[in-house]
Amino acid sequence: MRNNGPVSLIFHALIVAFVLAPLLVVCLVAFTPEDTLSLPTHGVSLRWFKAIFEHPDFVQSFYNSLLLALLSATLSLCVALPAGLAIGRLSFAGRDFLNALFLSPLIIPTLVLGVALMRLFASMGVSGSFGWLVVAHVVVISPYVLRLVLAAVVGMDKSAEHAAQSLGAGPWTVFRRITLPMILPGITGGWLLAFINSFDELTMSIFVTTPATVTLPVRMYMYATESIDPMMASVSALMILITGVAMLILDRVYGLDKVLIGQQG
Amino acid sequence: MAKPNALSSASLPYLLTAPGVILFFTMVLAPLLLTLLLSFYGFDSIAGIKAGFSLSNYWLVFSDEYFHSIFLRTFWVAGLTTLICILLGAPEAYVLSRMAKPWRSIFLIVILGPLLVSVVVRAFGWSMLLSANGLINSTLVWLGFAPFKLLYTTGAIVVALVHVMLPFMVIPVWTSLQRLDPTVAQAALSLNASPSTVLRRIVLPQVLPGILSGSLIVFGLSASAFAIPGLLGGRRLKVVATTVYDEFLGSLNWPLGASIAIILLLANLLIMLSYNRILERKYSRTLG
Repeated sequence: MRNNGPVSLIFHALIVAFVLAPLLVVCLVAFTPEDTLSLPTHGVSLRWFKAIFEHPDFVQSFYNSLLLALLSATLSLCVALPAGLAIGRLSFAGRDFLNALFLSPLIIPTLVLGVALMRLFASMGVSGSFGWLVVAHVVVISPYVLRLVLAAVVGMDKSAEHAAQSLGAGPWTVFRRITLPMILPGITGGWLLAFINSFDELTMSIFVTTPATVTLPVRMYMYATESIDPMMASVSALMILITGVAMLILDRVYGLDKVLIGQQG
Repeated sequence: MAKPNALSSASLPYLLTAPGVILFFTMVLAPLLLTLLLSFYGFDSIAGIKAGFSLSNYWLVFSDEYFHSIFLRTFWVAGLTTLICILLGAPEAYVLSRMAKPWRSIFLIVILGPLLVSVVVRAFGWSMLLSANGLINSTLVWLGFAPFKLLYTTGAIVVALVHVMLPFMVIPVWTSLQRLDPTVAQAALSLNASPSTVLRRIVLPQVLPGILSGSLIVFGLSASAFAIPGLLGGRRLKVVATTVYDEFLGSLNWPLGASIAIILLLANLLIMLSYNRILERKYSRTLG
């Protein structure tokens, strides 16, 4: 196919600049030595990064988010892996319905889910529980794991399995030693994607968290609506860093462009 | 050998999906049902929530001028965002698809990567760019112009929403471009069609489903958006999502908040259904 002409490339450059602008600004302002939001034109300082550690509520929220993401990504694997194996490999009544059900959090606005879960938790009397917050996150991030597991399971070459079966291996052995290693990139990629999505989650979490269980994005949102100082920029820069590292690992394990394109397809 | 069929193969799929079924029935279907019921309850600012069955909340939303303006603003913002995403995202996907191998993957990651960064960070980045002494206004002042009010306007919400939603338009358009058969375009070129004719009469019709799919996703997500209108619209510019927040966590009028949330959910489901319907009709026409 013909390559792009100069007009297309200028257009493309503008789009890239548009997409990166807010992220770049955040990372730059994070290093400002001034008291107000400004670019670090007169020097670079780490004062606003140090300031984060003087805010114990931010540090606590960071640990909350980290633990929450680790737990919910792992638990969502426990739900989505068997479901993905069943939906991808077996045919049974209700398969399409279950597929739609498990992917439904992608269609239901997280706002509505957040409100609905807040209602559920209130009527069960578990509003401040960290455990139930984990369960809420598992529901919201499971579709991402399921999609990657399904892609791995459906796209897998089954001839290795058939060969193992013909050599007398039982079903559990085939699964453990043939299937599982072959779909491992999909599983790991799904876990990482789930982790990132849980760590970033805001809209549902605003309704479901309480002052004891506040996550980092919620804390940032609350802070940003009250006051705006460069500490928000440094916290944001750290979040971008963490996301960037996770994206690098995801790229190594699975392929970042494959994951991103597959997101809606 | 292992016990013969302790799990009969007929029940295996149901055993495997059982955890998911339990989770989703208790954490998705049940809460939504509870919320639906909640929307029929009454509310008194002194006595609190009263159980019952009444359509008064829905009646209030449909008849009150205040809610009309909120819904109108929400759909206007969502529509504008969708339009701009089409104008920017579809050509960008096309440009990406024509890039050489290493650049294509790199720029795909650059354009789509921000999806994995939390929306708070992106909204905050825009508030820094658009604020009174933010980057854009500082540049304007430095060039000799007066500063503009950019933040806390509908425009600020649209710009930031376009930024967040652009990947959701690029992805489906990219996917349909990948399915394009290059030989058709080459045949047209060999028959003396100009590149713009090829674009208009070969590429565009086949990319239309991708554009449609992207539009519905972008519209639905924009109409339900919370963080961006919340941070960039300020307290005066309310949209549906921030209104639900106000009712639930501000006025504590849960029944009213629930009714608005249910309306938003139904609007989203309607959008998804109409997309399926349009697709079916389109393909039944081409396939006879």
